[in-house]
Amino acid sequence: MMAQPATPATLKPQVMADPVLQARPENRVWKKFRSHNSAVLGGVLVGFFVLMAVFAPLLPIPDPTATDWGAVRKGPSAAHWLGTDEIGRDVLSRLVWGARASLMAGVISVGIAVVFGVPLGILAGYFGGWTDGIISRCTEALLAVPFLILAIALAAFLGPSLTNAMIAIGLSATPVFVRLTRGQVISVKAEDYVEGAHAIGLSTPKILRRYIFPNILPPVLVQATLTIATAIIAEASLSFLGLGQQPPAPSWGSMLNTAKNFLSQAPWMALWPGIAIFLVVLGFNLLGDGLRDALDPREH
Amino acid sequence: MTFRKTTLLAALLSATALSAQAADFRFALESDPDVLDPDQSRTFVGRIVYTALCDKLVDITPDLEIVPQLATEWSWNEDGTQLTMKLREGVTFHDGTAFDAEAVAANIERSQTMEESRRKSEVASISGTEVLGSYEIRIDLTQPDATLLAQLADRAGMMVSPTAAAEAGADFGLNPVCSGPFKFEERVAQDKIVLSKFAEYWNADEINFDTVTYLPIPDSTVRLANLQSGDVDAINRLAATDVAQVRNDPSLKVEEAVSLGYQGITFNIGNGERADNPWGQDARLRRALELSLDREAINQVVFEGTAPAGNQAFPPNSPWYNANIPVPARDVEAAKALLAEAGFADGIDLEVQAPNAPVNLQLMQVIQSMAAEAGIRISITSKEFATMLSDQTAGDFTASQVGWSGRVDPDGNIHQFMTTDAGLNDAKFSDPEVDRLLDEARVTTDTAARKESYDAATAILEEAKPIVYLYHETWIWALDAAVEGFVAYPDGMFRFEGVSKSE
Amino acid sequence: MLAFLLRRIVIAIPTVILISIFVFGLQKLLPGDPILAMAGEERDPQVIEFLREKYRMNDPVWVQYITWIKGVVTGDLGISLRTNQPVTELIAQKLPVTIQLALMALVFALVIGIPAGILSAVKKGTITDYIANVVALSGLSIPNFWLGIMLILLVAVNWQLLPASGYVPPSDDLWLSIKTMLMPAFVLGTALAATLMRHTRSAMLGVLKSDYVRTARAKGLNERRVILKHAFRNALTPIVTLTALLFGELIAGAVLTEQIFTIPGFGKLVVDAVFNRDYAVVQGIVLITAMGFIVMNILADAAYYVLNPRLRKQ
Repeated sequence: MMAQPATPATLKPQVMADPVLQARPENRVWKKFRSHNSAVLGGVLVGFFVLMAVFAPLLPIPDPTATDWGAVRKGPSAAHWLGTDEIGRDVLSRLVWGARASLMAGVISVGIAVVFGVPLGILAGYFGGWTDGIISRCTEALLAVPFLILAIALAAFLGPSLTNAMIAIGLSATPVFVRLTRGQVISVKAEDYVEGAHAIGLSTPKILRRYIFPNILPPVLVQATLTIATAIIAEASLSFLGLGQQPPAPSWGSMLNTAKNFLSQAPWMALWPGIAIFLVVLGFNLLGDGLRDALDPREH
Repeated sequence: MTFRKTTLLAALLSATALSAQAADFRFALESDPDVLDPDQSRTFVGRIVYTALCDKLVDITPDLEIVPQLATEWSWNEDGTQLTMKLREGVTFHDGTAFDAEAVAANIERSQTMEESRRKSEVASISGTEVLGSYEIRIDLTQPDATLLAQLADRAGMMVSPTAAAEAGADFGLNPVCSGPFKFEERVAQDKIVLSKFAEYWNADEINFDTVTYLPIPDSTVRLANLQSGDVDAINRLAATDVAQVRNDPSLKVEEAVSLGYQGITFNIGNGERADNPWGQDARLRRALELSLDREAINQVVFEGTAPAGNQAFPPNSPWYNANIPVPARDVEAAKALLAEAGFADGIDLEVQAPNAPVNLQLMQVIQSMAAEAGIRISITSKEFATMLSDQTAGDFTASQVGWSGRVDPDGNIHQFMTTDAGLNDAKFSDPEVDRLLDEARVTTDTAARKESYDAATAILEEAKPIVYLYHETWIWALDAAVEGFVAYPDGMFRFEGVSKSE
Repeated sequence: MLAFLLRRIVIAIPTVILISIFVFGLQKLLPGDPILAMAGEERDPQVIEFLREKYRMNDPVWVQYITWIKGVVTGDLGISLRTNQPVTELIAQKLPVTIQLALMALVFALVIGIPAGILSAVKKGTITDYIANVVALSGLSIPNFWLGIMLILLVAVNWQLLPASGYVPPSDDLWLSIKTMLMPAFVLGTALAATLMRHTRSAMLGVLKSDYVRTARAKGLNERRVILKHAFRNALTPIVTLTALLFGELIAGAVLTEQIFTIPGFGKLVVDAVFNRDYAVVQGIVLITAMGFIVMNILADAAYYVLNPRLRKQ
């Protein structure tokens, strides 16, 4: 159900690290990225929504919570370009402000997943043995519970709010990062130069900093970009079920939740938030794909 | 009984017009009922299914008069402590068990003693029963109980087969056996409940469908889409915003009835530590909130004019409504003045919890916006219904947007909420005079005297204002235009007697 | 092979135990008293107390867990607090519904995803490839619930072509059953088609570069034949494996689709149960789904192992 571009459980992670990558000049990666039209398109889409979210207060639009009893569920007009909602608020304005909730939900929940997932993955991959056993079994257990069900249960447990939805999504997405990082660490650890570093007595923190981190960074970055896309949809889904952003603050998912009750009288209420979600998620997916191709030495 | 005769005639006429093929009536509900045992059930939609499945001792008319169903006539003794009922003869339960006075006695005992029974408080005044003959029973009460007949017109009066009940025990709901016009066929949770016509039903001539299928469809838009496409014959709870559209569609029609219940904002007056805040302690603030609201505008914006404004536990069209206390008009200045008097000239915050359903949230956002003009800054905390109820009972709330589906007898709308230590008194409101008045209204059988008690209680509650009543919901049904003979009742039930569908 | 399977199963055992603890713990953490939730409008303290005892809510959590797990081992998942139906019966009722939905979605996904993937790999770098990619990513990016309500609005309400919601068992009326399931299956299938297309594309790209295909081409076989007969056959292995895995995800992923289309399947059951605090149902479903997911994983691994000779030699 979730647009989850991640590879299913036991297949290899889609992004492979290249130990030689760091030796390459940065601009080569950039060039490769730029040569990818679709990735640039993704970047433009994401950039557009980020700008929209950042400059929302400066735009000449009405207050997203200002109600107007005289203009309840009115279609698009000169005063309200995208129409008004069930209590007479401007849909365009709510759409613009709603970008904040969606982007925040995407970035912060993935941030949570990275902050928890990457260190756990490094622990499991680097030290192996019991540490790995425990972390890996827990990860597998969490991965076996469908992502959205897990997020719904956690959100229901924490109580409906945007913050709690982000925590729920972040925790649900953590296992993906644990496994990705663990796999990367294991494969990098087996490289000759890391074993060599061990042999000459380099300390663990130094090895981690010098060899492991730079190698797990690119795949984590790509996975994070793609997971932001998933997380934005997840936030919208939770809000759609009433477990996300709370009224009167706007969020695309909660706008859709309300809109579905007025589908035939006010279809514009449902149309725009859906398109907005679609575009921003598409943006992150294209961006993630582009990044992967740019950072992955195997193709081309 | 002329009403019944005409509907019978109408039914007979339309019955001849019906084709010979099996007629199924498909009815979309807003949610999946809970367990199908009248003694254990607790959902509103469950009661809708029982209307076809289980007959009661007595029924109501649309005007809330008590009329015979399984009991054909009844009388009270002098002091109102004994109710003698004559029962309908020749009635059998769906499993063939005969319906008689013994069965009634067994049913009352079940409601009173089964551990899982939710009906205990409804039949608490009954001290015992005496079978006077095969079809005559006397119900003895510990004290007069003006509410008893109304209770027997609802789930407490539903007769289940004593044979089946004894066999199944608490699992009765998996395969309910009653004596209503339809018998239970199958249930697939969240999908459908299928009933089929009970050929031996005492009033079978008025029943024109071979099967009835109840389909739970939570989304009102989807429910309506199913009606429009002809997949169902009728839907429950049409969204108010869809009424105009359905009225314009010649293939559909709308029926409505003002419900017996209410919606309001309940304040935490004395339920634990959280009651210790200005909103719980100062009635002037609650009065100010009320004055900041334009109930008629709420009705128009959220309910398209279908939900009449209210300020008491009974709707303004009810005979129990205290006409001396009309719905106040909006007065923002007066609200501000009250706030200033209470020491909050600069405004005050208020946290209101509400169920996270679209209509409730829409309602609360309208209220939020209105109250803001008077300086009351409302924050809405939406909770799932389960959490909200649990927080409300535990006293973990300042104010709660909650309602009540309503009962036939006025007692059911007020006693449990406003008397000290009552089961649903989550506000923990307590006033000895209100307790006295409401208890008295319960044991008084004289209607005028009861009305006086309720008026007096309502006047006190108007001052104390533990609940700011907002509006009274209207039950709205949408039906296929071919469905005839449906009568809208204020209890929101769908009765099949006399209903038919022309080709 | 046997050893490989055995090892996978042994590793899975602690995972399953962890899941059961996890699922159970999560339920216990949920706020809102399930008994109170089921009491609804009428709350009689006596009855509430009796029910707490009956459903052993007053026992320490670990005792409750042991009681539950004992039942699970003997095939008893408890009863639904809301309807009194046994959870195993509910699951038996719901499973065929969701499997039908998943199968139909899979058909959509295969029919769209595989040809698109092949085409895009063969025409790599052309405008066709580019468009196919963007379309696939669009499929991944559309929020399914939104697609669902839009389809209901257009197809069911405005055009009245298909039923808006519900479920008809195929045994009652096969055609109507398929018709009712068409929209939800399409909605569920879109994201999957995209995933499948992308994997087919990369598998095909790998095979097309191989010596094997080069030889076939060198032999002068016609391109169509090379692609379909030689290349695609070889790319099939990872695709089949992936499909097995996706099927597990599909069943698990029907949550919102079922909610939108009011389909009485697994996903709707679990979401409604979370909202109603119907503990036994949530626990039962999540446990079964998770175990199904693990079994699918093991099967996919086994298939991969069998079909991939290189892995076997390791």
